[in-house]
Amino acid sequence: MEWTRHLLIVPILLPMVTGAALLLFDETRHTFKAVVSIASTVLLLVAALALLGIANGAPEGSAALATSYAVADWPAPFAIVLVLDRLSALMLTVTAVLALASLVFSIARWDRSGPHFHTLFQFLLMGLGGAFLTGDLFNLFVFFEVTLAASYGLLLHGSGPFRVRSGLHYIAINLAASALFLIGVSLIYGVTGTLNMADLALRIPGVPPEDRMLLLAGAGILGVAFLVKAGMWPLGFWLTSAYMAAAAPVGAVFVILTKVGIYVMLRLSLLLFGSPAGELTGFGGTALVAGGIATLVFATSGVLASQSMGRLAGYSVLVSSGTLLAAVGMGDAAVVSGALFYLVSSTFTTAALFMLIELVERAREPGADLLAVTREAYGEDKEEVVEEHEDEEVGVVMPGALAILGVSFGCIALLLAGLPPLSGFLAKFAMLSGMLNLDGLGSPAEIPARTWLLVALVILSGFAALVAMMRTGIRTFWAPLEVIVPRVLVVEVAPILALLLLCLAMTVGGGAMINYTEAAARALHDPSTYIQGVLGPISTGALP
Amino acid sequence: MELTLAIAIGVLTGSGVWLILRPRTYQLVIGLSLLSYAVNLFIFSMGRLRTGAAPVLDPSGAVDPASYADPIPQSLVLTAIVIGFATTALLLVVLLASRGLTGSDHVDGRESH
Repeated sequence: MEWTRHLLIVPILLPMVTGAALLLFDETRHTFKAVVSIASTVLLLVAALALLGIANGAPEGSAALATSYAVADWPAPFAIVLVLDRLSALMLTVTAVLALASLVFSIARWDRSGPHFHTLFQFLLMGLGGAFLTGDLFNLFVFFEVTLAASYGLLLHGSGPFRVRSGLHYIAINLAASALFLIGVSLIYGVTGTLNMADLALRIPGVPPEDRMLLLAGAGILGVAFLVKAGMWPLGFWLTSAYMAAAAPVGAVFVILTKVGIYVMLRLSLLLFGSPAGELTGFGGTALVAGGIATLVFATSGVLASQSMGRLAGYSVLVSSGTLLAAVGMGDAAVVSGALFYLVSSTFTTAALFMLIELVERAREPGADLLAVTREAYGEDKEEVVEEHEDEEVGVVMPGALAILGVSFGCIALLLAGLPPLSGFLAKFAMLSGMLNLDGLGSPAEIPARTWLLVALVILSGFAALVAMMRTGIRTFWAPLEVIVPRVLVVEVAPILALLLLCLAMTVGGGAMINYTEAAARALHDPSTYIQGVLGPISTGALP
Repeated sequence: MELTLAIAIGVLTGSGVWLILRPRTYQLVIGLSLLSYAVNLFIFSMGRLRTGAAPVLDPSGAVDPASYADPIPQSLVLTAIVIGFATTALLLVVLLASRGLTGSDHVDGRESH
């Protein structure tokens, strides 16, 4: 047990050391760099899986549920701690899987289209690992900044006017959000005198009423900073163009960045304003549900209106964000459990979509999207062309590469729409079932109107995704104006297929997955185990 | 002292926000810098304003925490300054690249009229 404790720091140290070491080598040795980077990410995945095993092995309800690691070996509330529980282990594993897929995809050509791709990528992983593991608010800020700094570099990777312009907006917005982050953190510190999350959870119920306003203002401002990252309407207008502009593997790994915002909302809202917080319980829940619903409406219209695939993928990220935010705002263990399942499934799906788009775009004439739209709008004179072909054999032989891409595209459409048999269906089903049975299965509880609205929107957003994907799919694979067989390498298709296979595996192993997310959600709704895991056993009197 | 500091933070924030909303990249950079100064002062003030109190404990005798300034906001400010400095430098590079690629210093890369 003793040495496994040090595993907690591996997801931070390993990418940091790899990223720094890769700086020492010249860009011309790109094969070497790629090998080192991928090997390091494989190790990261192994470490994340080991941590997942540790978190999953902990008996439920015990303090061991949250394993903490004192980085400088100072006792908990005074120094930096890393905390592992089921939620952070799950997020780490998702990050590692996604990173590996994107890296493998990138070695086909993207990693050579600009300097220091692998270093930036590893630093991004370091920031993400730290953000998921950290146990205090200020380190959360530091790791957020590490992640963002790396993401600025990655977004600009490959350069070009569009990337630089979107990058400029992205950086400016995130710098402003970081200012809000700091204001929120310092307000909370000013009121409570601590930054350790577990300690905060202990102190918040005891905050005197005259200071509550300041505390809530601090929490609200902090929340806005994360909601900017998560892309909640009206804070998420920057997201689609930034994600569209990013190179394909970068766009794929950026999908997890919005989920960091959601992870923090989930963690902090349930830890700080969970059931023991007295009058403050559930602070911000209504705002989150309303914001999530607004995001869903905006993103669903965006999905339907998208003329290009990149924009479609960007709006799909927003759909997933909106659904998750609303689910987090519900603050119910069953809903959160479904939401965690959905988080994993939708992250893999949208990432696969980002990578697939780049391959599919190669098969199309430039500007095909626009042409197709104009033809639909003004009617088309294509009938003669169709007649000419009627004498020939019925059906078109689809080239192999296009067939694989088409099947992947179809799977992604199923996943986004939430249709069986893939995991998108299970995830949405788990979430909706949680929403409609707030007091357990079959209870006669009254279902509020906003829940009905949310349920309807979640289903509608799936339908919109299906319509949009069908339209794009037909245009691209069935009725292209000109068939260009794309040159696709195995390393480019393999990560997409791997992510889709994982989604399939999550359907087959749905039971185990749901068990895990349910345990994670229950632990989140019982902050005392987290607090004890960090601060050690506390006399029951001090516990909220 | 409280009033002076509050006004200073307010003026910096106000000017910063106004500049961020302007269309020129240079105004954006200055606006973000002013905003980060305001935020740094704000963090500092969250440790309560004290004069003539050291943040470092004197280990020679018995320690009375009440006679020392809170060291944590000071270290937070230091970290925030370093990070803010680095990201602003990065923003400047992107700004120059944008100017070079688009030939305009408008944040959208083209004049809006």
